[in-house]
Amino acid sequence: MDAFIDFWRRLAQLCRKELLAILKDPANRAILVVPALLQSLVFGYAATYNLTNVPYAVLDQSQGAASARLLARLDGTGVFHRVATLAAPRDIARVVDAGEALLVLQFGPDFDARLAQGQDAPLQVILDGRNSNTAGQASAHVAEIVAAYNAELRGGGMPVTAVPRVWYNPNLETRWNIMPALIAALSMMQTLMLTALSVAREREQGTFDQLLATPYTPMEIMLGKAVPPVLIGLVQSSIILGVTLFWFRIPMAGSLATLYAGLAIFTVACVGIGLSISAISVNMQQAMLYTFVLIMPLMLLSGLATPVRNMPDALQFATLANPLRFAIDLVQRVYLEGAGLLSLWRNLVPMFVLGAVTLPLAAWLFRHRLV
Amino acid sequence: MSARPSGGFWRRLVSLTRKEVRQLLRDRANLMMGIALPIVLILIFGYGLSLDVKNAPVAVVLDDASPVARDVVAGLSTPGYLAPRVVGSAHEAYALMRARDVDAAVLVPADFSRRLAAGEAQVQVLLQGADASRATMIRGYVAGALASWSQKRADRGEAARPAAGQVQVVDRMWFNAANTSTWYLVPGLIVLIMTLVGAFLTALVMAREWERGTLESLFVTPVRPVEVLLAKIIPYFCVGLIGLALCLAAAAFLFQVPMYGSLLVLLFSAMLYLLVALGIGLVISSVTRNQFLASQVALIASFLPALMLSGFMFDLRNVPTAIRVIGQILPATYFMELIKSLFLAGNNWPLIARNCAVLAAYAIVLLGVARFVTRKRLD
Repeated sequence: MDAFIDFWRRLAQLCRKELLAILKDPANRAILVVPALLQSLVFGYAATYNLTNVPYAVLDQSQGAASARLLARLDGTGVFHRVATLAAPRDIARVVDAGEALLVLQFGPDFDARLAQGQDAPLQVILDGRNSNTAGQASAHVAEIVAAYNAELRGGGMPVTAVPRVWYNPNLETRWNIMPALIAALSMMQTLMLTALSVAREREQGTFDQLLATPYTPMEIMLGKAVPPVLIGLVQSSIILGVTLFWFRIPMAGSLATLYAGLAIFTVACVGIGLSISAISVNMQQAMLYTFVLIMPLMLLSGLATPVRNMPDALQFATLANPLRFAIDLVQRVYLEGAGLLSLWRNLVPMFVLGAVTLPLAAWLFRHRLV
Repeated sequence: MSARPSGGFWRRLVSLTRKEVRQLLRDRANLMMGIALPIVLILIFGYGLSLDVKNAPVAVVLDDASPVARDVVAGLSTPGYLAPRVVGSAHEAYALMRARDVDAAVLVPADFSRRLAAGEAQVQVLLQGADASRATMIRGYVAGALASWSQKRADRGEAARPAAGQVQVVDRMWFNAANTSTWYLVPGLIVLIMTLVGAFLTALVMAREWERGTLESLFVTPVRPVEVLLAKIIPYFCVGLIGLALCLAAAAFLFQVPMYGSLLVLLFSAMLYLLVALGIGLVISSVTRNQFLASQVALIASFLPALMLSGFMFDLRNVPTAIRVIGQILPATYFMELIKSLFLAGNNWPLIARNCAVLAAYAIVLLGVARFVTRKRLD
């Protein structure tokens, strides 16, 4: 029993030392809080796939009532803003090339006449495909408006209408997906970096040997290195969670306890990866470069920016070793869908396994290098 | 100073550069960052990332088993867009939605055919909102499939042919005939890689020299600060160019991204941007003089904004004004706009002139600041 209490006392002292080493520098303290705050605010606004502003130009060769009514519908959405009224087809290239208009609507000279005679009339939509995602969405939006206009022309509704109902995100705002994902992603970046540097710094400054000369076992030293970054990572997640909850006011469906349980397992897995990098690096620069080379694929293949399901099978398989993939899914499920801990086993188990592999691996690597 | 023979400048610069190149090549972590990471990124961006929604799984619940309801469901099956599968009950569909095995569920109510005969039938579409952009696309796909089903039905004469003519949208996608996100992701990657090498790697390497005091020991030698800076810039400039060459080769041969603009203009603007990135890296390192801080600041001030705010992944047209202003301050935004246009649209000289001028101005200011900050520390 005494040995047990002794172990915890020694561990607490080690953790205290490590936390001091990280937090004693005011610039360091700032870098652990300010970026998380700033990034979650900026990216919360910037990271959107929602179409809110489509500048468009019109080339109306018919100058009739039908095209005017259709354009009025377009302007009524508040999303489409007319930036230019063109006189001739040769102007189309100018406004699209310069990026002034995302799309150009071209009504042919006989547009009005054809509709009046009960014939179908084509509406040319020229889209700037330099961002195919935006262009595709804008095109879909135009199609919806035209469909509604067609219904009006027919003098009745569509025979079949779809009544959409969206689960978990009623207004289909991308921010609702991105912010929970950032709770995991942003904290991972700094947690990994911090952990990777911890041993590398001591090694570079020669203080690691001093640490080894103390009566601590390598396991204790490793735990001392692991606990503070886990705490800091959770604090960072909390900052982003705070921004999500109180600034963007995205309602949280799940429980905080479930969320933190998931995040804790995730952060431990990250720290295990970070410590393993730290163990194989000779100096801080190497540790940082290795970490960065790793962070990039981890972030890109996590489902943060593009869905995992769109990836080729081989890469989907590779994402099984990516803790962030599971963490993002987990946070979104808890936050938006209100999932309980038990239903999250598909996310928890892989992260747990990653932590259970990388932490002993790091300990082994330390010993291995020391002997 | 000016009395010194100019040959001394070149001699010192050459030997300093040689030292820097050796230092760069000695650590294989540098090479991983400079060469291996770009290759990995090219492959991930080219093959791994896609925003295109293709063959989205959709659960269909048929509470109305009439032939016409089955026909609607058949109409939903649009190869390349939607992949519907009929399930037994709404509960089954809900379970699939919760497990994210399907992106949407279409519920055809029991009174569907009766109401269709009356002219106004409804189907309910449940969307998984946990991925909003995907859900938006799928909502559009379903609406489109229903509209074309109605059209076909009208054409077959099963419903009264509308008396009025209809507006038919004819889409033409300029600059991206293949309508694939690879075409804009791969050119954008060039910006990311140059930012990585220029700003991040340089900031890290220089900060290490500041931290360990090796830069000061260089300063007590007869070399001038400008020579030290140039010698630092040259090797990383070359590494950045290797990254550029890799990206261009991948874009041309691996992903067949067309290039309508001039290669010379592209190379010129890429070099300008590389100088800007190097300037950012040098300024960050001499201000922070600490490896951890420098790496974090470089990440936050250069790389992440280049990824998130430059119009690479997220269209700047959709963000609030304040964020757009931040985006417009970033040099990466100008290079991103330029490089996408050069690849996909061709030589647009007013755009080229404006963006190159902005980049050149940034390069001059940042390198000037780097030179200034470096001298100040000497005194």
